[in-house]
Amino acid sequence: MIGEKVISAEKLTKRFGDFTAVDHITFDVVKGEIFGFLGANGAGKTTAMRMLCGLSLPTLGSAMVAGFDVYRQNELIKKNIGYMSQKFSLYEDLTIRENIRFYAGIYGLTDDKIKEKSNLLINRLNLAGQEKSLVRSLPLGWRQKLAFLIAIVHDPAIVFLDEPTGGVDPITRREFWELIYDASSKGITVFVTTHYMDEAEYCHRVSIMVDGRIDALDSPANLMKEYASSSMDGVFLQLARKALRMSD
Amino acid sequence: MKPVVVENIVKVYKQKRNVIEALKGVSFAVEKGEIFGIIGPDGAGKTSLFRILTTLLIAASGKATVDGFDVVKDFKQIRNRVGYMPGRFSLYQDLTVEENLEFFATIFGTTIQKNYHLIKDIYQQIEPFKTRRAGQLSGGMKQKLALCCSLIHKPSVLFLDEPTTGVDAVSRKEFWEMLHRLKEDGITILVSTPYMDEAGLCDRVALIQKGEMLSINTPAGITNEFKKPLWAVRANEMHQLLMALKEDPGVESCFPFGQQHHVVFKQPGNDRQRLETVMNTGQYTNPEIRSIRPNIEDCFMALMKQ
Amino acid sequence: MITTPVAREKVYTMSQFYIFVKKECLHIWRDRRTLFILVWMPIVQIILYGFALTNEVKNSRIAILDQSKDDATTAISNEIAASRYFNLVKNLHSYRDIDATFKQGLIRMAIVFPRNFQYDLLHSNRAQVQIIADASDPNTANTLTNYATAIINDYQLSLNNNEQLPYTIKTQLRMLYNPELKGAYNFVPGVMALVLMLVCAMMTSMAIVKEKEMGTMEVILVSPLRPFWIIIAKTIPYLLVSVLNIACILLLSVFVLGVPITGNLGLLIWESVLFTVTSLSIGILISNGAKTQQAAMFTSMMSLFLPTLLFSGFLFPVENMPVALQVISNVVPAKWYYIIVKSVMIKGLGFFAVWKETLILVGMTLILLFISISKFKIRLA
Repeated sequence: MIGEKVISAEKLTKRFGDFTAVDHITFDVVKGEIFGFLGANGAGKTTAMRMLCGLSLPTLGSAMVAGFDVYRQNELIKKNIGYMSQKFSLYEDLTIRENIRFYAGIYGLTDDKIKEKSNLLINRLNLAGQEKSLVRSLPLGWRQKLAFLIAIVHDPAIVFLDEPTGGVDPITRREFWELIYDASSKGITVFVTTHYMDEAEYCHRVSIMVDGRIDALDSPANLMKEYASSSMDGVFLQLARKALRMSD
Repeated sequence: MKPVVVENIVKVYKQKRNVIEALKGVSFAVEKGEIFGIIGPDGAGKTSLFRILTTLLIAASGKATVDGFDVVKDFKQIRNRVGYMPGRFSLYQDLTVEENLEFFATIFGTTIQKNYHLIKDIYQQIEPFKTRRAGQLSGGMKQKLALCCSLIHKPSVLFLDEPTTGVDAVSRKEFWEMLHRLKEDGITILVSTPYMDEAGLCDRVALIQKGEMLSINTPAGITNEFKKPLWAVRANEMHQLLMALKEDPGVESCFPFGQQHHVVFKQPGNDRQRLETVMNTGQYTNPEIRSIRPNIEDCFMALMKQ
Repeated sequence: MITTPVAREKVYTMSQFYIFVKKECLHIWRDRRTLFILVWMPIVQIILYGFALTNEVKNSRIAILDQSKDDATTAISNEIAASRYFNLVKNLHSYRDIDATFKQGLIRMAIVFPRNFQYDLLHSNRAQVQIIADASDPNTANTLTNYATAIINDYQLSLNNNEQLPYTIKTQLRMLYNPELKGAYNFVPGVMALVLMLVCAMMTSMAIVKEKEMGTMEVILVSPLRPFWIIIAKTIPYLLVSVLNIACILLLSVFVLGVPITGNLGLLIWESVLFTVTSLSIGILISNGAKTQQAAMFTSMMSLFLPTLLFSGFLFPVENMPVALQVISNVVPAKWYYIIVKSVMIKGLGFFAVWKETLILVGMTLILLFISISKFKIRLA
């Protein structure tokens, strides 16, 4: 793909002792792209994602994220990305509005801006009238949609999504992906991991990690052609079965 | 005698002022030696149902039996004979693989040697790591160990609550292969999952949403209940195509499915023509229109919308 | 075809029980943080209370203003300086020095011998010594002056070759059970109560709640193992650890703090085991209500640690408390155990002296055990 690069990793490597969790991965992600980051448990996805988010220093290689260097500018990276995962997203004992206010506040939005963004967000999810109810009372799917919009409330260059739709019902899952498309069309790059292979097909490009390496990287259509499979599921299985590593 | 019979089970949780109905009167029966799937998203009531059947919770109303024993009255008998693998793999993180297995074998009054044949295929895969602490295993290996632990006493009915959640596609596939081998040993298996694509691997499935059973049938039976013609469309401009079809008043539903959109019309009849019209007016490039057979997820969404 | 359900054969409880205890021991052994607390807490507490927090007066800094400088004052001064209670830091030269030295905070007590001390003593039979103490801490001041007076009296007696003077009333003091007035006599029984309470109640409640948190309780409940045995098996290792702790505390108190066990050792140990069981049942009770380990710890701290500290009588005498608090102190098991340990270990009394307290503890234990076992949840909600 052509376009402004927002992530570019070059031989990025992370070792823990004599164990190489991430092994010389090289790839670029461009502005507005939806980039699927797949791999079996223990293939090194989480470690790679941590390095890109500025949470962990690489052992070798280089990476620029949102224009900043992962070695020296990790604080600047954190300001310019959004992050959301299935496990940690929102404070259940705060209301919807309080959650928005909290996260927007963390990223230093002004009070006026927070107010404007909150209203926009609440209307986008049709939650008007419910903004004072606790997040705990929302169904899982709604919570995840809210968490996603909050993760991009500060208009980051990139948003990292770690299995954002686990356990969500099929209709809400699709609504979630509409939000992703929306964000992408506004120029936000989406870096997403998922265990649902149909979701992999919604991505512009997909990389598949095996034993710490990126063994395949292309559009879903090209990958299915290359591996002669009718679905991403088939592609994934062919690649992941080659893995020698069994554990995290 | 059917291994599991559930009649009109209702489960209610009280949270301060709110009363949440987790199960709104579900009924079904499981045949001996079958793999019965309970399929639905998080919060549908799967875990509540499993906990009622494994005697961990008491239903507000309704009746259920496991192996002919009442889940409330005869809970001791049921605890002697079922295997249960809760959603989070309930292993002792600070015990090794071997210690976990030995512990669960012993408290169920058996030994590893006695029923080794049951777990042999699965255990062999994790045996190289038998001295490793369970907390240091990958998701797929934890899942295999948890399965071994719930199988070691040769249960007559095995309850697996979301065994494949959070586990990668390869491990999931292997896991289902194991379940099919267990089925040959005559063990009745009740398994829940949020992954619709796993429905096809069960003998029969119950689709569950918000505490209600949407449908109970064989996978083929469920897809056969989908009466309207289903169309798969695609073009280069997928997002615009989705919007256009959703706004079309004649379209009942249009959902993205990987590289395609699945479309159903409210009043079927010359569907293909209508789709071609949409494609032409929108000037989509590389349009494709195919008639397809619905899958479980199509059925689930159609039932959800009813 | 109608088939009746067939009950499975009875499973062997003993091997189930054994493996459960073994598993529990492995948890303790592998959780280094817990192990550290279990092993070090008693030792640290004994050392801490035994040495640092003692109310004994030792090595108090004093000064002497000797205006006589004769054989008698030198002898008394030497006696005082040699005593372990005092540390002579300064010889003063004038009355003005006394005030200044006190103000500098250098000393807690000053002793003043007037001119012609020995002469007065030998010729008029009346000599005066002035003892000036810093009474901003009245207890210490009192103790110090008592010690000093005692030393001076001893000297007086030796002068008279231990002959009784006519018409002199001499009081004879005997400090029963603790002749040297050591603080450790008071603290050892208190620390035993505190440590056993914490180890048994807090650690067991946390261990049980941990199984709930990790989700393993679900699987255990759906096993043929009866809840009663689950509880017993979970508590046994902590009972063993407690017995080790008792032994450890007793050894430390005898050999390090110099507090002898005057009573029957067997009786002391059995009473301690009884109190351990009381604490264990409180632990089980706490675990019934708590959902997280944090909650269990907090409940234990609030409902056990503080009351034990306040009401057992080892830091603050219960008799001096308002009546309402005295009544409350009666429901604190540690109070009764503290009385028992003091009676047996320090006073050397036998079972007949503590049967009432023992009975109260037994009663409390039975009630607590009954409640905690019958309330133990055999289901999740």
